[in-house]
Formats: sequence, C-alpha cells, structure tokens
Amino acid sequence: MRKTFVLLTAATLGLAAAGTALAQDEPTKACFIYVGPIGDFGWTYQHHQGLLEVEEALGDAVETAYLESVPEGADAERAIERFARSGCDIIFTTSFGYMDATNKVAGRFPDVKFEHATGYKREHPNVSTYNSRFYEGRYIQGVIAAKMSEAGVAGYIASFPIPEVVMGINAFVLGAQSINPDFKVKVVWANTWFDPGKEADAAKALIDQGVDIITQHTDSTAPMQVAAERGVKAFGQASDMIEFGPETQLTAIVDDWGPYYVERVKAVREGTWEQVDIWAGLAEGHVVMAPYTNMPDDVKALAQKVEESIRSGEFHPFTGPINKQDGTPWLAEGEVADDATLLGMDFYVEGVDDQLPN
Amino acid sequence: MLESVLITIATAATPLLIAAVGELVVERSGVLNLGVEGMMIMGAITGFAVAIVTGSAWIGVLGAILVGAAFALLFGFLTLSLVTNQVATGLALTLFGLGLSGMIGEGFVGRPGVKLGQVDIPFLSDLPHVGRLLFGQDPLFYVSLLLTAGVAYFLFSTRAGLTLRAVGDNHDSAHAQGINVVAVRYLAVMFGGACAGLAGAYLSLVYTPQWVENMTAGRGWIALALVVFASWRPWRVLAGAYLFGGVTIGQLHAQALGVAIPSQLLSALPYLATIAVLVIISRNRRLTMMNTPASLGRPFVPER
Repeated sequence: MRKTFVLLTAATLGLAAAGTALAQDEPTKACFIYVGPIGDFGWTYQHHQGLLEVEEALGDAVETAYLESVPEGADAERAIERFARSGCDIIFTTSFGYMDATNKVAGRFPDVKFEHATGYKREHPNVSTYNSRFYEGRYIQGVIAAKMSEAGVAGYIASFPIPEVVMGINAFVLGAQSINPDFKVKVVWANTWFDPGKEADAAKALIDQGVDIITQHTDSTAPMQVAAERGVKAFGQASDMIEFGPETQLTAIVDDWGPYYVERVKAVREGTWEQVDIWAGLAEGHVVMAPYTNMPDDVKALAQKVEESIRSGEFHPFTGPINKQDGTPWLAEGEVADDATLLGMDFYVEGVDDQLPN
Repeated sequence: MLESVLITIATAATPLLIAAVGELVVERSGVLNLGVEGMMIMGAITGFAVAIVTGSAWIGVLGAILVGAAFALLFGFLTLSLVTNQVATGLALTLFGLGLSGMIGEGFVGRPGVKLGQVDIPFLSDLPHVGRLLFGQDPLFYVSLLLTAGVAYFLFSTRAGLTLRAVGDNHDSAHAQGINVVAVRYLAVMFGGACAGLAGAYLSLVYTPQWVENMTAGRGWIALALVVFASWRPWRVLAGAYLFGGVTIGQLHAQALGVAIPSQLLSALPYLATIAVLVIISRNRRLTMMNTPASLGRPFVPER
C-alpha cells in the first residue's frame, strides 16, 4: 500500500508541471466536513489547519468551504450531499463515522471526488481513504511513559471502542512494556470525542487512583490542564498542547494533514486524481512528534532513537512475539502485523488492564 | 482520596446547579426558556475573554453574568413583548449563542486562561479530611449554595416570591389583581440568564480554564431537565445536580478501578438514575401537579 502511495506521489508530481498549463480558469472547490468545532484545538482544528494550507498553497485557484460539528450518522449524509450539490469538486469527510454516508453520496455523484479520513470502505471509484499511523507515536509515548512513571501506572482517557482507539491503546502498552514488563494502563472510556468537563473529570478520577501519567484519545486540552494542576505528566493529542502544560507535556502526536490535502486538491485540479488508500505515518510526515520536553536527556535520547527506528522502517511497533489479552498467541517471533488486522483491531494485547467494551 | 472525589463531584455539579436554579425561577414565573445552553456558552466565552483581556477572573465573572442577562433580555423581548413562541425562540437562542460564541472565541482558541483561585482560609482550609472540601473550594461553589438557599427563601417566604409564583400559576388572575405580569416575567427571565451566564463562566474559569467551542457540551440541557426532575423545588435541584455529578464521577472511578460493566452502560448511568428518580417522584401526581407552574409556556397578552 505504501508503495502505491509513493508511486502515486511521483505520478502527481510528474504531471504537476504539465498540469499548470491545462489548469481551468474556474477555481477548484474543496469542501470539508468536520465532526467537531474548528476551535477544539484538537482533531478538527488540525484538519482546518490543512484547509488553510490548501488555501495558501493554491491561492486563487481554489475555493474552500467547510461545515463544522456535523454529527456522525444521518445528518452527515445530508451535509455531504448538500456539498456535492453545491458544486464541490472534492469533499473531505474527516471522521470515521462518516464512512457509510460518504460512500452513499459518492454513488450518487460520480463526478465529485470524495476523501474519507480513517475509514476502510471504498465502494465507488471516486472514494479514497486516508489515515495516519498514529500508533507509531503512541508506541513512543508508551516508551516514555514507562521511563517517566514512578507509580508504573498510566491513565488512558479513551473515546469510543473503535479499531483506531484500540490500536492506540495496544501500541502504548507495547511501548511501555518494552521498558517495564509490569507496566499497567488504566483505561477510562469517556464515550465522547469532545467534552472538556468530562475529560477533565476522567483525568481527575485517574489521578485520584494513583496514575502519574495521563494520555488521551479524546480531543480537548482539558486533561492536560488537570495534569498540570495536579503535578503529573501528560501527552498532548492531535495538536501541540505545550501552552496548556509547559511543565507537563512530555510530547504530543501532531496530525499534519496539510501536505496531503494540498496534493489531492492539486490532483483534482489537474485531472490526475485517482482512488487511493493511504496510511502514512512518521516517515511521510503525516504524524509529527512535538518536541520531547520535561524529561531527562537519556529518556529524550531513547525516545528519539525509537522514533528514528520507526521512521526508517527498521522497526514496526506491532512486531511479535505478541499475545492477545487472554494469552493466546497473535504474532510469532519477528512477525509483523498486517495493515488489515490493525485497521480492524477489536482485541487487546496482553497486559492491558481493561475489558474492551463491545 | 474520598475528599478529592467529593471535590470533583462538587465541581461537576456546581455549573448544573447554578444554571438550573436560574431556570427554575424563570419557569416558576410561567416562562419556558430553552435557551439555557446558548446563554451558558455566551457566559463561557465572555467570562474567558474578559478575564484574559483584563487579567481578572472576577471581572470575567461579572461580564459573563451581564452578557447572560442581556441574552435573556433578547429572549424576553421576543417572547414577552412580541409574544413569539417560547419553545422556538428558546431553541433559536441556543443555536444563536453556540454560533456567536464560536465566532467571538476564534481568537481565543488555544490560549490558556485565567483560573479563578480557590478560597484559602488560614487554619480551616488545612483541616485534615474536610478542610479543602468545606473551606477550600472555589468561591463560586459557595455562591451556588447561597444562590439555592436564597432562591428557596425568596420563592416560598417572601411576598415578591409569592407574586412571582402567582404569575406562573395563573397569569390572568395575577393580572386581574393588578400585578404587572410582563414586568415580573422580564425580571425572572433576566435572572435566569444571569445564572446561565455565571454557570458558563464557571466552565471557562474554574472547571476547565480554557476556551473551546461547544465547551458546554449539553450542560444547559441537563440543567433544564434538572428543573423538571426537581419538580420546581430549589433544594431538589441541588439534590439532583449532586446526584447527577456523583453518578458521573462515580462511573469514571468504577472504570478506572476496572469494574467489569460495559462503559457505555456506565456512561448512561447518570441519565438512567435521573429518569428512575423522576419516575419515583412523579408517582404522586397530586404533588407534581401542585408544584408545576400551571401557566408554564403559555403566552400572555394583557386584555385592554
């Protein structure tokens, strides 16, 4: 899959020079559907930064539009359809829950290009999917957590039990246990992507129960603030949240969608758009680690080493031997998980101290 | 640890309590304002923005109260003077508040806010086990308790409170008695707005001192439900807010402890508990009828 990506990138770049001559006079209309408000300073904020990059890179050649806080489900279909009708040339639907709605609308509008983030269904030739290998960053966070925690327990604020989140928890645990085999992770499911108050409460509950590292897979900066107030360390999510915990944030996984968005909108403009299924990570710059802060130099060096080994492709976080939670073997020694299994991950690996809701 | 858990519960319950007590007064006067969420989020952004600009959280709180009341005044003008539909106007107020706050707040995203400090009484706040719980919380926690007591006293022990309830129960009779129904309702609606604004400021200055869009996350609606839950009695609002907060925090702790109950069920618990209590309370129909403001939501046009 990654090969396809490289080939396609090369093709796009090659055609880019020829394409400018062909460019239409009408601006290309790029539209975005967001699950949260652009002011969440997390997931949606980062997608919106991508939109701004598109505007900056293409200038007058592009016209953009976005709808924020679109609920996943039936409402999403209406919103996407509205965009498709209003003359959008390419529509980015930026949440997992838009998967079926995106495919349905795509079937009705074969001339519009659709890009669905974090999904796996491409039922029509005009639907692409794109995602980032956030688990690479989570593995590094696990390594840091195990080095930094005195209690040997980290608190994990999770949103919904979908593969993306389960994969993140597993990667974090594997990273931590590569340093300290007895490391424990307490998981609290907030059952929301975005509710600052509830996320803060979850962080308080975890800290009251003795964890000294907080990590989150929800979208607000509230857990970081609670961690700062209570004097424990934490990891930022989606954006660099250092402002909210200058002495608290160890690092953050930063989503950088801009380059991909620019590339895809250009492709539409130049008529070179083709269906792809992209899952890019540290190597391609889609996942960026915020500076390693508030940790001793040796931990920082270790984190950088792990990051480099993942980036170079030398090491994959899901490399065997790994057992499932109940102790049954999953990956044999040296075996690497395939992408399909990861994208549909519905089980914990050994060592996760939680029951997976189903 | 217990003390810390109780403080967390108080923090979760306080914004609900403040907003719900305000709405209770509004509904006791016979007006249904579904715009609590909108006024609350306006309070949140105003409190945050003013606190950042002036550097004082207290001025932020004051600003939030004023903006909440101003928003309510808009609602009052539409529903009381122009006699528009209260339900539709309230919903519109919520949507307007959510949108406007997002627009105003754009420049404040990603900026750490000003936190309203905790009360610190020498000696008392340092008492073991109960010191912080009783004497070391944020000032608005004490305000919320005083507010509840004040509203309870006002409604049931003062002449003005009796007038307000009379307006809510039968505005025609109240009017015939020479009470200025519209004026009473204006005051009640603005009080409700001020409380919603204060509750919003609590979110952006105490609970999670930051501004993010939609940060109320439905708390205005929960406050509305609490008023019905409490059958329009102030002390029951307090009980309801703490029950709701308690179950919310309790389920998070249960999860962290690894209790083997599906987390979706645990997340639904606060709502299930609220419904269960509501069912038990409303079994006594006579008592429920007695407490429900009979003119609630009905438009009033004085005969000339």
